[in-house]
Amino acid sequence: MTTETIPYIGFEEYSEHIPQTIPAAVQQATSRFVGGRAARVSELPHWEQLRQIASDIRLHTIDNMDIYLNRFVEKVQAAGGIVHWAATAEDARQIVLQIAKEHNVKLAVKAKSMATEEIELNHALQAAGIEALETDLGEYIIQLAGTGPSHIIVPAVHLKKEEIAALFSEKLHMNAPSDPIELARIAREKLREKFLSAEMGVSGANFLVAETGTMVMVTNEGNGRMCTSMPDLHVAVVGIDKIIPDWESLTVFLKLLARSATGQKLSTYTQFITGPRREEGEFGPKEFHLVLLDNGRSKIMKDPIGRQVFKCIRCGACENVCPVYKNVGGFAYGYFISGPIGAIFAPQMLGTQVARELPYASTLCGACADVCPVKIPIPTILRHLRRRVAQGDEVAGPSMPVPIRAMAGMASMALGWNWIYRFGTGILPFFMSVFKRGEWIPSAPYPLNRWTKARPLPPFNASFRNWWRAHSRVARENTK
Amino acid sequence: MPKAQLFITCLADQFYTSTLQNMTHLLEKLGVELVFPPGQTCCGQPLFNNGFEDKTRAVALNFMQAFAKSDAPIVGPSGSCVSMVKHHYPELFPAGTPEYNLARDTAARTYEFTEYLVNVLKVLDVGAVFPHKVTYHASCHYLREMGLKTEAKTLLGAVKDLELIPLKEEDTCCGFGGAFTVTYPEVSRAMMENKVKHIMASGADTVVMCEPGCLMNVAGGLHKAGSNIRAMHIIDLLSAR
Repeated sequence: MTTETIPYIGFEEYSEHIPQTIPAAVQQATSRFVGGRAARVSELPHWEQLRQIASDIRLHTIDNMDIYLNRFVEKVQAAGGIVHWAATAEDARQIVLQIAKEHNVKLAVKAKSMATEEIELNHALQAAGIEALETDLGEYIIQLAGTGPSHIIVPAVHLKKEEIAALFSEKLHMNAPSDPIELARIAREKLREKFLSAEMGVSGANFLVAETGTMVMVTNEGNGRMCTSMPDLHVAVVGIDKIIPDWESLTVFLKLLARSATGQKLSTYTQFITGPRREEGEFGPKEFHLVLLDNGRSKIMKDPIGRQVFKCIRCGACENVCPVYKNVGGFAYGYFISGPIGAIFAPQMLGTQVARELPYASTLCGACADVCPVKIPIPTILRHLRRRVAQGDEVAGPSMPVPIRAMAGMASMALGWNWIYRFGTGILPFFMSVFKRGEWIPSAPYPLNRWTKARPLPPFNASFRNWWRAHSRVARENTK
Repeated sequence: MPKAQLFITCLADQFYTSTLQNMTHLLEKLGVELVFPPGQTCCGQPLFNNGFEDKTRAVALNFMQAFAKSDAPIVGPSGSCVSMVKHHYPELFPAGTPEYNLARDTAARTYEFTEYLVNVLKVLDVGAVFPHKVTYHASCHYLREMGLKTEAKTLLGAVKDLELIPLKEEDTCCGFGGAFTVTYPEVSRAMMENKVKHIMASGADTVVMCEPGCLMNVAGGLHKAGSNIRAMHIIDLLSAR
């Protein structure tokens, strides 16, 4: 096993140098999804009940993970599939590499999959001399650009069509027009020949149905179906959190997913895969491998608050409504899952040493929790992880720098000890009057200079208590 | 005669004395007998929201003791601070302890100002006159944690000569978020500038909200943008005659 060093995620540093094109592109695309979602949700009078049922199913499944995983694996094996357990990302990469080597794979075509982003499979395949080609249009674009995804369902959401055209022109040595339909046609043409020659198809899955050992893929472009049926070998890498008990549960999640994600009632393709093809002439690959990825999940599932992150069905609705995400874009989160869900996912998966800034990358406005189709209490989990960062808990010691913690200690005295509070309240108007210009304080000393960078501060003027004393004296005299 | 205790919040205490005076006058005119517990400081939300739960407990205890001398309702001019007391105080202490019971009791009788007016006193019209085009910013904790969707607009709807103008993305965060403004100043600025842009495009001459924190942010942002649009706390608007 190689030791992986995870680089520090500097949200603040990134936020100071955001390319101006990103918020504009992100806001344009996400507001379209927000509108679509709202329209679909209003058509379902029992939406709130569906959310509650979905949340209950998820928690029940997490509580009984062993039972459902075992049931699922038995059924996959009975259907002729080969199951692999990967405890870590490195294990998962090695398993896929081993399968590829055994089958002498030169080219792998990939359907959109967050699990393979998580384990950075493409790098591993390419390092082993195997070409790994993304076939989802968005993934194809970001692969050309050499970046990760910046949105769960729209990986290239940060790029405008003009930027994509320029990227195609440069990387594909052509003159690509900035017309979305034409760009899709170019990609389709480039990909078609690859589908025909690939020896291996790689995918993730949206759900694993324990009842029958069926993996479910929800897609829109048709490339997912090509990847999982054209090559003779199909390898799926799937997080254990994707498991659901049965088909009845699946109907609940399918009602919620596309509506929350793209504002569709159902995605264009909903694929059910139960093992490889069983007889010649049947549709599908000869060999089907399923890599079940833990990578820290079972440990996080022991944390009663933090584990709720695994209710997630990767719809991206929280990103679409998040005002922070919409102003910084997905790369600010430094992780393959961004936005509010990334801010509670990354610190748990990577640890609060490297991701300590992310739980604070939110105003706790709560818009995410309102739209989450599985009722993940994101603000509650953000506060939970802030506790871990600020004061430490059973999972990790504090990771917030000591000077900031010391400031919080002073603040707790100033805010909570009546005489210190009153003393501070008394002197602040005089102290701050030095900085007053007219009706405002345009530029304040540290740390409030970080406030006045963007807008002036109103002057400190704590005179209610004195006023009240006089007011209540008058009131008492009047009632005599 | 209804009784209530004034919860002035540390932010309004520092910056919005006249709003607190107006709150006093409005409630007294409605016949509410007010007390002001001087031992109150901050509700502890800045510490709680930044992960310092251990340090929050002492602040919360100070607050609860300050308001325990009377069993009258506690009324504050901020959905966010009230939500801290109402929803998060009971989370701070283990169930069954005296502190937990005190937190439950305190939470049950704490109200945001417009909530107290509309839902407790059942007052929908305070007799205000405000001949202006007004748009409304729905503050996050007021709207989502407190669930106050209609109270402010009900009160505004009764104000004489007031024309209520819709605000694009009315319920999108203004970028305040407490310490967020100094933790990620550039992100906070971008969010604030979006809010200010929509307010300026609305055609209103006044923007009103129920939260001192948002008010500081939005009023400062409008000033910085060179706008003459006035940002007001709803209490000040409802005090206009």
